[in-house]
Amino acid sequence: MSAFRRHLTSRVMTALVVVLSFTAVLALLLILGNLVAKGASSIDWAFFTKSPVPAGQSGGGVANAIAGTAVIVGLAALIGVPIGVGAGMYLAEYGGGRLGFLVRFIADVLNGTPSIVVGIVGWTFIVKPTRHFSALAGSVALAILMIPMLARTTEEMVRLVPNSLREAALALGYARWRTSLKIVARTAMGGIVTGCLVGIARIAGETAPLLFTALGNLNFTLNVNQPMQTLSLQIYVYATGPFDEWHRLAWASALVLMGLVLVISLAARWVTRQRYGSIR
Amino acid sequence: MVASANTRLRLETSRLTARFGQHRAVRDVSLLFPAHTVTAIIGPSGCGKSTLLRCLNRMHELTAGASVEGEVLLDNVNIYAPDVNPVELRRRIGMVFQRPTPFPTMSIYENVAAGLKVNGRRPRPEVDDAVSRALQQAALWDEVKDRLHTSALELSGGQQQRLCIARAVAPQPEILLLDEPTASLDPAGTQRIEELCHALKRLYTIVIVTHNMQQAARVSDYTAFMYLGSLIEVGRTEEIFTKPRVEQTEAYITGRFG
Repeated sequence: MSAFRRHLTSRVMTALVVVLSFTAVLALLLILGNLVAKGASSIDWAFFTKSPVPAGQSGGGVANAIAGTAVIVGLAALIGVPIGVGAGMYLAEYGGGRLGFLVRFIADVLNGTPSIVVGIVGWTFIVKPTRHFSALAGSVALAILMIPMLARTTEEMVRLVPNSLREAALALGYARWRTSLKIVARTAMGGIVTGCLVGIARIAGETAPLLFTALGNLNFTLNVNQPMQTLSLQIYVYATGPFDEWHRLAWASALVLMGLVLVISLAARWVTRQRYGSIR
Repeated sequence: MVASANTRLRLETSRLTARFGQHRAVRDVSLLFPAHTVTAIIGPSGCGKSTLLRCLNRMHELTAGASVEGEVLLDNVNIYAPDVNPVELRRRIGMVFQRPTPFPTMSIYENVAAGLKVNGRRPRPEVDDAVSRALQQAALWDEVKDRLHTSALELSGGQQQRLCIARAVAPQPEILLLDEPTASLDPAGTQRIEELCHALKRLYTIVIVTHNMQQAARVSDYTAFMYLGSLIEVGRTEEIFTKPRVEQTEAYITGRFG
């Protein structure tokens, strides 16, 4: 009886765990399936090369949003990666004291801050003083979201570097900073790059912080001093609009955005698997 | 007693005490390391022998809560004097650790050259020469000369340890500290490292920490026995192993404790 019960319990629990795992994966499959079903048919050459046409007309594309996403996210990475990675290096290598504790605490709070609040900060400090919405303000808001993420993942990756390597470098007469830079950072590089890519993938889909900063723009522009469109903003505008044509383009944009995030995530995996060192 | 008449005095500790917080890991140790000899420090685990070694190149103080009292004299200059820069000091004293520590992102060549670059850029041929000389001294040259630019992680454990010796001797230090260098090696690898000790003492003053008494007997000219942080006895290796003067030393080397 008890042996039978034990086996039964084991089987039931195993089945339950399998079902739950599939449910978790199912969400992604449903999203992807839905996007492909409703968006794929709208994706053609014009979708990538043309800007939106006036409401009511058919045709046009989202070239402005694709370019805008690249510019805003790229600029955000340019601002956020050095600061975030630098802060993470500091936390891991020198952050044992009170200042380290403080920085770590602030990074965690910032990590949990709703992204729309970060958007308001961008509006207050950049949009309001300059009196206009701009891609730059959007990039700064996204960078603020990115920095605490990168700081914490970099810290974790750098902490994985065995202390014996630090000691070996110091015993060779490396100064502390040189040890951190030439030995520790290089050894953790794979993990740090992965962290950056995951962070970029995270902010690429952000909408809320851009609503008050980059605002959106139906025309193609690469000027970071002007309002700029991104895929996420385009989806927001099109999906809430009244036209079927817009809904169609919203689905297609969502599919492209999802594909972009997927590609970045795959790149992150690939980088992790390359041998930058013994750290994974 | 230890320094025989014609060896130049190089390295000496004077009433050296090393602490981890309140704990005194090394207690009042005064010890001479004559030039161009191998001195072995033996003793049971936790006797302070590694800590003593790490005081000789100021690595001990890098541990949080660690402190040092007393003096370590290198050519009669106290290396703990305020005007001594520990980073520059460590360039004069090479160190090899228990486990091989090749830098994983670097090739064999880059690993050996790693300690050369800290003294500023040097012309490539000069670095090439230094790398091949160091690899020859570490008896690794023949095994790696055709793959200098492959990853150091592809070497076996014993080869990695010899690579670390090459890396330590490449900047031509005056002293070589070995902290149980064969602890993670097989007998063949151990034998090669021991042979190296004999060969390298022509060039360097060597201090080796080991918990293997046969190894101490094989490689060293002088042996120091430590117990509970104190230096119990030091003398010529053959004397320590054949007629120790202190009861505890005899008990340890005959295997009655430790």
